[in-house]
Amino acid sequence: MLEFPRWKIWLIGIVVAIGALLSIPSLIAATPLAGSWPKWMPQYKINLGLDLAGGSHLLLEADSGDMQKQRLQSMEDSVATELRRDPRIDIGDISTAGGRLSFLVRDPSQVDAAVERLRTLTKPVALTGNRDWDVQVVDSTRVVLIPTQTGTIGAMKDAMSVARDVVRRRIDPGGTKEITVVTEGNNRILVEVPGVENPDELKKLIGQTARLEFKLVDLSANPQDVAQGHAPAGSEVLPMADGTSNIAVKRRVMVSGDQLTDAKQSFDQDGRPDIDITFNTAGARRFGRVTQENVGKPFAIILDDKVLSAPNINEPILGGRAQISGNFTVQTAHDLAVSLSSGKLPVKLNVIEERSIGPDLGTDSIHKGALASIVSVAAVVIFMLVTYGRFGFYANIALVVNAFLILGIMAMFNATLTLPGIAGFILTIGAAVDANVLINERIREEIRRGRRLLDAVETGYREAMRAIFDANVTHVISASIMAYFGSGPVRGFAVVLLIGVVTSVFTAVYFTRMLVALWLRRTRPRALHI
Amino acid sequence: MKLLKLVPENTNLDFMRWRNVALILSLIATVTSISYTVYRGLNLGVDFVGGQLIRVSFQQPINVEQLRAKVDSLHLGEASISEFGGPKTFQIRLPKPPGSAAAANSVATRVKIEVERDYPGAKIESVDTVSGKVSEELADNSAIAIALAMLGIALYIWFRFEWQFGVGALLTLAHDIAMTLGFFAFTRLQVDLNVVAAFLTIVGYSLNDTVVIYDRIREDLRKYRKMAILSLINLSLNETLARTVVTSLTVLIALGVLMLIGPEVIFGLAIAIFLGVLIGTYSSIYISAPVLIWLGVKPDSFLKTDEKEAAEAETA
Repeated sequence: MLEFPRWKIWLIGIVVAIGALLSIPSLIAATPLAGSWPKWMPQYKINLGLDLAGGSHLLLEADSGDMQKQRLQSMEDSVATELRRDPRIDIGDISTAGGRLSFLVRDPSQVDAAVERLRTLTKPVALTGNRDWDVQVVDSTRVVLIPTQTGTIGAMKDAMSVARDVVRRRIDPGGTKEITVVTEGNNRILVEVPGVENPDELKKLIGQTARLEFKLVDLSANPQDVAQGHAPAGSEVLPMADGTSNIAVKRRVMVSGDQLTDAKQSFDQDGRPDIDITFNTAGARRFGRVTQENVGKPFAIILDDKVLSAPNINEPILGGRAQISGNFTVQTAHDLAVSLSSGKLPVKLNVIEERSIGPDLGTDSIHKGALASIVSVAAVVIFMLVTYGRFGFYANIALVVNAFLILGIMAMFNATLTLPGIAGFILTIGAAVDANVLINERIREEIRRGRRLLDAVETGYREAMRAIFDANVTHVISASIMAYFGSGPVRGFAVVLLIGVVTSVFTAVYFTRMLVALWLRRTRPRALHI
Repeated sequence: MKLLKLVPENTNLDFMRWRNVALILSLIATVTSISYTVYRGLNLGVDFVGGQLIRVSFQQPINVEQLRAKVDSLHLGEASISEFGGPKTFQIRLPKPPGSAAAANSVATRVKIEVERDYPGAKIESVDTVSGKVSEELADNSAIAIALAMLGIALYIWFRFEWQFGVGALLTLAHDIAMTLGFFAFTRLQVDLNVVAAFLTIVGYSLNDTVVIYDRIREDLRKYRKMAILSLINLSLNETLARTVVTSLTVLIALGVLMLIGPEVIFGLAIAIFLGVLIGTYSSIYISAPVLIWLGVKPDSFLKTDEKEAAEAETA
């Protein structure tokens, strides 16, 4: 018991000192002392969770129906473009009904050639050995493309990683805020923005897919059919953005928002808000060519499948610049400009969970939590002192060191402290002394049994260790499951419990053992007062 | 200085004498608790049933009926309004509107506008909107997590001790969770994600005492091989009694402080763990221990494995 090598003392001392040092920036963060912490010292800080700092939390889910529709649509475009290259292949009766793309090859002898060309449009999905689309021939003339499951999953995965970046750019165009945008599961994105109390603003930015397309208006369409929603072959019917009427446009996209380099809110000649857009070189060339060929005809500016406006092409637009007008306010024009310049969302996102916390509630929680922490530490400290005297005092030193270590480790890993996390902290304080209670009661018992002093202390520590270990493993099991299944605040609670288990075993067992050993060695007491 | 000894030295209480009475009482309490929970249901928060929860704080205490009338006049479905931590803070709960969660938020905005107009200085403290899809998942995940934690811990105890101990741990946990659920059903305290975190914590902490007592029983089984199991368990319980009382007290002191002066938002969490620890202390003595007797743990049944180990150790 008495032999406690010098290197161990140093090791424990260093761990304790580092822990205390790391916790200080977090402790003084909100006080006037914050500025006086020397710059050359460690600056790690504990993050405050949204429930303490205030802010908005949004959980977005990709609309899988929209995803499927878009994939079918883009496949339809590719198929049309690809098969047009071979003049002998004549196709018709294209349909995307039932989640599959099917069309008729008019000349049965060209079916194989068509299928051969389609193969180049499908690609293998990494690591699965499957392709993203199945190409089948039905009734010898009808070609059917069916999205495979692996293809759909892969496409969703790609879409989500693009969507994550787009969402981040929209919320934080400057890239300066401390926001969290992460994908969760296969089809979700979690957004956490501290300090923003009203999530409506965020939702406006994220809510728009911002898929911008320019298409020619189909003038051949019969207005009555269009009102009923029927369009001629090669065209489609879209609603006007104000909801007043429908309009028929050619399916073929002239230019799309993908070819934008910039979008800015501006004003037109009459002082109404509009958006100035600039195309990249390819987009500008294409826009110029199409407008040149179609002077005098109207084209439609389509945003997320709604027609914003359908102006006439008065003259070819060659410079690669254009204005989008619609019924904008300055704010909506600005939001749309941000959305357009950050790129379109590859898939529509729906908000499925939303939480916002005002800053006052968080501050109030911190104050009450801090007060409760201090009072409970004090109460436990007094209780331990009157129960175990000197050994209680050692347990108390360990308790305080433990508190610093928990904060220090959390700071080091940049962990997030949540409101339930504060409860976890207090619970750990209450439970951490359990190890010392076990040890001290065991020492009392061994002394009653007539063991000699040193022997009793030694046995106390050794025999108590088993129960301490098993009890802590059960905590680790429940806390790990909590960390795995829990979200946000609950995970914060689990993290504190997990860190607390490790640090409390260290402080309550090894640290107090060192204190006791040093005391025994120095004073060689005849009897223990415990 | 005279040290505090809550439990006198060398106690010799005959805990197991009351084991059958305690069993019947625990059984009645557990069954009552479960049936009451099933019959009355839990007051599940928006986390688990979807909907909206808006917390508002006012400058002065307000008339709840008046606020209720105002919210009802918006025709947003059946709103429930309750005091939250004081006469100036209220939570307004609205059912989930049909359609997407986006629609739900415009609802919150309307309540906000209404409240801020009619009550100068009123502040919306927080808004939670949870769609049906998410709430179902959260409910499922919570149930799975609690079940997994119970099972995981029971397996660990089995692995570290003997199968009888694992069964004892599982029954103890089931008892503790059932009683705490009954408490929540009875008091109508809202069950939210934090309370589920509390349940998971109970799974870990209420077993603390059980683990310590089991450890001592195992030790005594090896030490006193001739002792009858009843007296042996009584001995182990008496030996660990001081520790049981002191530790439970420190945890309860800490949690009591949190409950009384801590943030309101986590009151449910604090009271659940407080209760769980209290119940866990009882059940570690009157469920964990007697289960071993009923499952036929005897010194000689343990001896076999012990002797085997000893023999192996000698040959090795």
